[in-house]
Amino acid sequence: VFKRFVEIGRVAFISFGPHAGKLVAIVDVIDQNRALVDGPCSGVRRQAMPFKCMQLTDFVLKFPHSARQKCVRLAWEKENINEKWAATRWAKKIEAREKKAKMTDFDRYKVMKAKRMRNRIIKHEMKKLQKMSSKKGKKPKKQEKPEKPEKGQKSEKVRKAQKAPK
Amino acid sequence: MAGETAAGEKKPGEKAPGKKKTGEKPAEQKAVGEKKKKVKKHHASRNPVLARGIGRYSRSAMYARKALYKRKYTAPETKIEKKKKEKPRATITKPVGGDKNGGSRVVKIRKMPRYYPTEDVPRKLLSHGKKPFCQHKRRLRASITPGTVLILLTGRHRGKRVVFLKQLGTGLLLVTGPLVINRVPLRRAHQKFVIATSTKVDISGVKIPKHLTDAYFKKKRLRKPKHQEGEIFDTEKEKYEITEQRKSDQKAVDSQILARIKKVPQLRGYLRSTFCLSNGVYPHKLVF
Repeated sequence: VFKRFVEIGRVAFISFGPHAGKLVAIVDVIDQNRALVDGPCSGVRRQAMPFKCMQLTDFVLKFPHSARQKCVRLAWEKENINEKWAATRWAKKIEAREKKAKMTDFDRYKVMKAKRMRNRIIKHEMKKLQKMSSKKGKKPKKQEKPEKPEKGQKSEKVRKAQKAPK
Repeated sequence: MAGETAAGEKKPGEKAPGKKKTGEKPAEQKAVGEKKKKVKKHHASRNPVLARGIGRYSRSAMYARKALYKRKYTAPETKIEKKKKEKPRATITKPVGGDKNGGSRVVKIRKMPRYYPTEDVPRKLLSHGKKPFCQHKRRLRASITPGTVLILLTGRHRGKRVVFLKQLGTGLLLVTGPLVINRVPLRRAHQKFVIATSTKVDISGVKIPKHLTDAYFKKKRLRKPKHQEGEIFDTEKEKYEITEQRKSDQKAVDSQILARIKKVPQLRGYLRSTFCLSNGVYPHKLVF
């Protein structure tokens, strides 16, 4: 049922508080509510932190309990947690949310245009397939393939639209 | 003899100070200037005192003794007085029309007031810092710079995105569509009723004609009521007509701006679109 556990070396994401948005590693457990936590590569000093503000990630580092910061840093860099984190969907969702919030009026317009174009293409393909299927009788046709390259196009367009003004 | 002695008194009296002055070289020029402007060194009183407050000679005797008949001064004729000799025209002759046509009548240019109030207006207390509108300080939000795309919020062009050109003398913003893009001409907009977006068009080299001022844009009102109330509503301009000058000015400005708009991709379409809110869109959360 539970897949992520609080253990020594578990990398956690801080959801609220002064260090919101940063990654830390659990170094030791203090009591039922708090852990000793350290984030040498993410700018969090070694400190006690309540479990409530931590959200566990999939990453676990290997170091003994109460290891000093240098060891934690070594383990962190060995596992390349920063890059792995940036590659996760979680981190990407956060980034997308931030970008959306920073969108200016012009960006919103460009995104609207890109979305509209993409939807038109999809609709066009759908209509084509529907026509074909209605003509040839009721044969189920796979509709996945034409969508995937278009989704890639759309995300590219959106990213371009957001990156261009910046 | 008395006359002689009097004359004798004056001359050495006058000469002596004169000699003294000429004796002093650096004071010469000053003395010369002083002689022209001021009375020379003052003589002692020519009216010996009999008792405190009482002089020996009467007023008229003193007039003669001081030779005031010779000393009548007029103020020098200033340039203003010279100019004033040209009196302004007080009357004008106008032809008589209407019933008694022909001939002319003389009309005063500056007429006497037709009404004198019974009470004079009381003097107003001094006020501090209350300036008329023309002297007010004009401010401009830091987010609004030449070339910024603004969203108009009021007026017939509400929701349209428009390019800001400059701030006019009264503080209003001079703004243009450009006309071919969204049908907004060269127009004034109020700073408070405008959202400044962060999108900017580079208007560095654009020359805006100098005659585009507030007076150019001000609405014209015909005011010639000839006491015929039925006709008043007809003579006032109901329809606004676009003058040729406005068209030419619009072209002159827009041609420069359009070139720069075309350089930015999708900007033209952006300016053509209108701003609107929909479900889930909250202005306080939007970044403009």
